[in-house]
Amino acid sequence: MTEKKILLTHGSGGRMTRDLLEKIIVPILDNPALNRMEDSSLLSEIGARMVMTTDSYVVKPLFFPGGDIGKLAVCGTVNDLATAGAKPIALSVSVIIEEGFSFDDLKKILYSLKQTADSIPVPLITGDTKVVERGRGDGIYITTTGVGSVPDKVHLSPERIEPGDAVLINGPIGSHEASIICARNDFLLGADVRSDCAPLHTLMKAVLEAVPDARCARDATRGGVVSVLTELIESSGFGIILDEEKIPIEKSVQSICEILGIDPLLMANEGKMIIIVPENKAELCLEAMERVSEKGKSSIIGRVHDGHARLTIQTPYGTSRVVTMPMGTQLPRIC
Amino acid sequence: MNNLAQFRNKNHVKILVKKLHSNYPGGTLKLMEVCGTHTMAIARYGLRGLMPDGLKLISGPGCPVCVTPASIINASIKLSELPGTVIITFGDMMRVQGTHVTGTRVTGTHVPWSEKTLEIRKAEGADVRIIYSVLDMLEMAREEKNKNFVFISIGFETTTPGIAISIIEAKKIGLKNVFFLTANRLIVPAMHALCRAADIQIHGFLCPGHVSVIIGYDAYREIADQYSIPCVVAGFEPVDILLAIDDIIERISKKSAGVGNAYGRVVTERGNTQAMDIMHQVFKPVRAEWRGIGSIPNSGLDLRDEYTHFDALKKFNIKLVSQPEPKGCKCGDVLRGVIIPPECGLFSKTCTPETPVGPCMVSTEGSCAAYYKYGVGAE
Repeated sequence: MTEKKILLTHGSGGRMTRDLLEKIIVPILDNPALNRMEDSSLLSEIGARMVMTTDSYVVKPLFFPGGDIGKLAVCGTVNDLATAGAKPIALSVSVIIEEGFSFDDLKKILYSLKQTADSIPVPLITGDTKVVERGRGDGIYITTTGVGSVPDKVHLSPERIEPGDAVLINGPIGSHEASIICARNDFLLGADVRSDCAPLHTLMKAVLEAVPDARCARDATRGGVVSVLTELIESSGFGIILDEEKIPIEKSVQSICEILGIDPLLMANEGKMIIIVPENKAELCLEAMERVSEKGKSSIIGRVHDGHARLTIQTPYGTSRVVTMPMGTQLPRIC
Repeated sequence: MNNLAQFRNKNHVKILVKKLHSNYPGGTLKLMEVCGTHTMAIARYGLRGLMPDGLKLISGPGCPVCVTPASIINASIKLSELPGTVIITFGDMMRVQGTHVTGTRVTGTHVPWSEKTLEIRKAEGADVRIIYSVLDMLEMAREEKNKNFVFISIGFETTTPGIAISIIEAKKIGLKNVFFLTANRLIVPAMHALCRAADIQIHGFLCPGHVSVIIGYDAYREIADQYSIPCVVAGFEPVDILLAIDDIIERISKKSAGVGNAYGRVVTERGNTQAMDIMHQVFKPVRAEWRGIGSIPNSGLDLRDEYTHFDALKKFNIKLVSQPEPKGCKCGDVLRGVIIPPECGLFSKTCTPETPVGPCMVSTEGSCAAYYKYGVGAE
């Protein structure tokens, strides 16, 4: 029998990633907070309403239009805190560097990391650095851990989702992955695509001030909008229907998807929050989102229903299709 | 309004659907979309839901990954085990399983772990690289002279001329470390085979858009004339596809088959003759095996004599061994349009995109993957 090995698919954010987490990592590390598999965990034991989250960054290339691994390492973790409605209090940074890595690049990355953290602001209060032999790493890996505090009345969780709730997003999808694809492959260099990599704590603050009873929020990173919504459907037991015409996407990103045959709904974002609020608060939420992000880019993209617990998309032609969790890395088609 | 928006315009779609319903002659008509990208587009836009009762859209053998026989997958896995060998492939091929060379399946485990794929070989340490253009391989081969590079050469006329150019280029610059495992296929001979098959009646062909850019729409005249089946080339947007279906229905109603072109913005009568010449310069047509369908005369491509030193099978002395399909897998029937994916007993049960049994579930262009992904037949 073949020995099991980690495949790249296990890191793609799709079903295989979920399986690896559910079957291997979470059972072994077993902890009630961790077991909920939310993006960050409430530290209720220490009294205050604290959340903690951690994330590793292994992006390739390290520098891409709109960001770099340093900026990403701060935004990603701050955004995971933001999904709980938390204000970031402190970050830790762990860096694993490969022997032979350029000092200039390291400095660039660290400055970018620092600058992003200062802009939020959130202090980087602890860290660790390791170097591994050449060939044992991929330039640099960064792990950040974040601690945040959640305002008293805020309780964001998929358990609170109800039929009729509105699903919102704060802007066009797919830009991060599209920018990575362009940078990684040295093609489509003329394409005007920048990663959406950005911290979303301000967005969430505005949303929660306007709609304190918002149900839940998730940042649509690996696996894109489809992965996030599928997880919410599984956790809540309700179905979600999206209106395809309402899903914002940049023309350049759409063109790249057409050329490569990939689905923008499955593409990673680094500055997009899916927010679910009660139906009658949808417009209020949208207004709050527009106040802190680019005008006209946020959108109410769908709603929760108590029918079949699955993700459906209404096409502009009055037909609909069911969408399933991505099956792994999206592979470019050949014809 | 940009070009794409027009071909997705919902008012245009509404008008075409209305026309289709009023022109539909009634009864059951089966139209085959030959191309996997059409299968995907039809599912994505939910076009089946707009068809008149009785009009069935069935999928054909136009997914290059799906029709690649297991013997080729097995050979590529064998090649990946040779020291100093780099396997170069299009992304779609990574997850396709061969069939078990030694006999029985390993039981009691997840399917993907029990049978080798290039993805598993990569995790085991084999050097397997995904490319977009074959010319990239020539660059790699020039830089890494101590390694042998083998390209898993699959695809229809859309892809093959590009591969032919790479082979000509490799010869010109005298590269000694690039090889090709050739499994390229031609689409028209496969359509002949389907028309002759006794178990499936096809009333019209939705002809592949990309392939037709190269071969030209006139290539389907022999099919239309010989079997009186209308052949209409279609693009990949909802308006493109509906225009082609409207055209086919009109031809059926008028009982004059013929060839049509609903993708005039890129497809011409003769196609890209230069690309075809380059393809024929490097390759010659031969009888070839199609996964699930069987052997079809003049449907494959072999390297011509002056290029045989690029042949990976000859160079590494590997024989292609025909393999039975996995038990219960009906990819063959799916590829011939005899059944639709949900009619296979394994569909969405033991065979899912995560644990695919047959190739139609692996490839993003595969009919089973399209039906699964877009939930067709899941009601």
